[in-house]
Amino acid sequence: MNKISGIAASAGIAVARAFILEHPDYTITKTAVTDVDAELAKLNDALDKSRGELQTIKERTLAELGEKKAEIFESHLLILDDPELITPVMDKIREESVNADYALNEVANQFVEMFQNMKSAYLQERAADMRDVTKRVLNHLLGIHYVSPAEISEEVIVIALDLTPSDTAQLNRNFVKGFTTNIGGRTSHSAIMARSLEIPAVVGTKNVMSLVKAGDLVIVDGLSGDVLINPSEAEVAEYTAKQEAYNLQIAEWKKLRDEPTVSADGKHVELAANIGTPNDVTGVIENGGEGVGLYRTEFLYMGRDKLPSEEIQYNAYKTVLENMQGKPVVVRTLDIGGDKELPYLELPKEMNPFLGYRAIRLCLDRQDIFRTQLRALLRASAHGDLRIMFPMIATLGEFRAARDLLLEEKTKLREEGKEVSDSIQLGIMVEIPSTAVLADQFAKEVDFFSIGTNDLIQYTMAADRMNEQVAYLYQPYNPAILRLVKIVIDAAHAEGKWTGMCGEMAGDATAIPLLLGLGLDEFSMSATSILPARSQISKLSAADMKEMAAQALQLGTAEEVAALVQSRVN
Amino acid sequence: MQTTFRIIDEDGIHARPATALVNTATKFKGTEAFAEAKGKKVTLKSILGVLSLGLEAGDTLTLITEGSEEAEALNALQEVMVKEGLGEVHE
Repeated sequence: MNKISGIAASAGIAVARAFILEHPDYTITKTAVTDVDAELAKLNDALDKSRGELQTIKERTLAELGEKKAEIFESHLLILDDPELITPVMDKIREESVNADYALNEVANQFVEMFQNMKSAYLQERAADMRDVTKRVLNHLLGIHYVSPAEISEEVIVIALDLTPSDTAQLNRNFVKGFTTNIGGRTSHSAIMARSLEIPAVVGTKNVMSLVKAGDLVIVDGLSGDVLINPSEAEVAEYTAKQEAYNLQIAEWKKLRDEPTVSADGKHVELAANIGTPNDVTGVIENGGEGVGLYRTEFLYMGRDKLPSEEIQYNAYKTVLENMQGKPVVVRTLDIGGDKELPYLELPKEMNPFLGYRAIRLCLDRQDIFRTQLRALLRASAHGDLRIMFPMIATLGEFRAARDLLLEEKTKLREEGKEVSDSIQLGIMVEIPSTAVLADQFAKEVDFFSIGTNDLIQYTMAADRMNEQVAYLYQPYNPAILRLVKIVIDAAHAEGKWTGMCGEMAGDATAIPLLLGLGLDEFSMSATSILPARSQISKLSAADMKEMAAQALQLGTAEEVAALVQSRVN
Repeated sequence: MQTTFRIIDEDGIHARPATALVNTATKFKGTEAFAEAKGKKVTLKSILGVLSLGLEAGDTLTLITEGSEEAEALNALQEVMVKEGLGEVHE
């Protein structure tokens, strides 16, 4: 068998000869030393040289990959200077008159073991850092000349058991076309580094090292996680074509990163991202998001044993707003209940949770929870373009009640001398058919709509989206859904307001032409869908799509709509 | 002097913020700084010590400073905790 699979850790395809990266043998023997001072001097010298190397790697990483990626080497430098490590090593040399490499290895192993036994997966992986630092010092103590990946000078695919952070940092992009390893996961350092270097990588293959010899031709498919060893000519041709297509696409997407989203005939729409935590903002920026169209605040409330304080929430909202640098951020207030539970609220079990006590219904009842969130949001509004939307609005009365609470808290905060923005847009999620149908009335009072398609579809079709037996009724292209979407968009436009969409449908390649045609203003999707969507829209004529959408509204089934789009687009 | 924090970062205390804490503690030469959690007390001037506490979200952590600049040191450490989004002061 010449094809094995592992975990696709970094996208792209590479075809090149194998370079086997083997780590030296670190067998260490305990020897008695007579000159303890000389041994201590040897240790200090090895530490100094290691420090010098780490400084160089750190600076190089800083220059090539940025501050974040260089931080790991800052941690390594601290470990080299750590009294908890160095003092016991020196004591051991002195008290037991043993060789420095033995003393270091013994003490370091205790830390490696400690990390391996930790509960958190993250801390377990720090064992690799500890080993990495230790090996660096051991190279000098043992006089090992280790052929590092930095010395590679022809196009290769690096094959290794695992790559340490410093191995990965030394990979020269001009020569290392890809790599594949026996162990590791998507979140291991080597995988993260590979993604920032944009080198295709497949990790965790379990046995690539035993199957590949130096010089074998290897294909690494970082899209599928496949690794091909000594592929046939046909396979090479197939993957080379796949590689070219991928590279073309990436180049095109990249060009679009800092561009606005404009259709072929010049209509501008906004592509935003859905996020769950402040950490997601990096991905939004990297993928050229023009804003955050849905910030799900539930995650702030989950995984804890009590409600998050106003301060915790304020910090999270403020971080997102600041990092988005003035671009719009639509925050959805707490949408809990239904399939999203919070154990500490001790909500009673319901027969029909999706039709029950959830989202705004719960918030209007539990004003203590809601007011805390509104205060945190209002305070954060001073740091960017904040827009607030309420989920699961079914009646105008609910919207007014929620708005009034917001206005009350705004007045209170002002009286307390806190800064609150004057230009916060206030909108609602449209996910209940009653609201979609009555959108013209809502449009007079809200600043915007955001259509939540997952719920809108399940409520319109009366089909639980978690129930596989009725999954066929999840039909985004059903003309009934499209008509509701049109009602909402038209109602907003009639009042000079805008409509966004933050469900899965907004990033769907078949739905996008229809939504563009229906006049949707903002599409909010997962960050990685943004560039493909921008590329797709740039090739569509909004006028043609408008005419196509009008036809779609007159069809009878979802299948006919999908077929119409297929025939008109491509 | 001491202050107790509740860890809020979902990753617990990981390498980058631990580095920032150690670098900050090390700046105050004449002042001892310790971290105490889960019945274990370690020096804050050691990254391995801090990581060895295995702190996760929801844990409480007490930072202790002793010496000539204890107030300044504790303030600076508290700033790191809050700025890095690591923890909130636990009353």
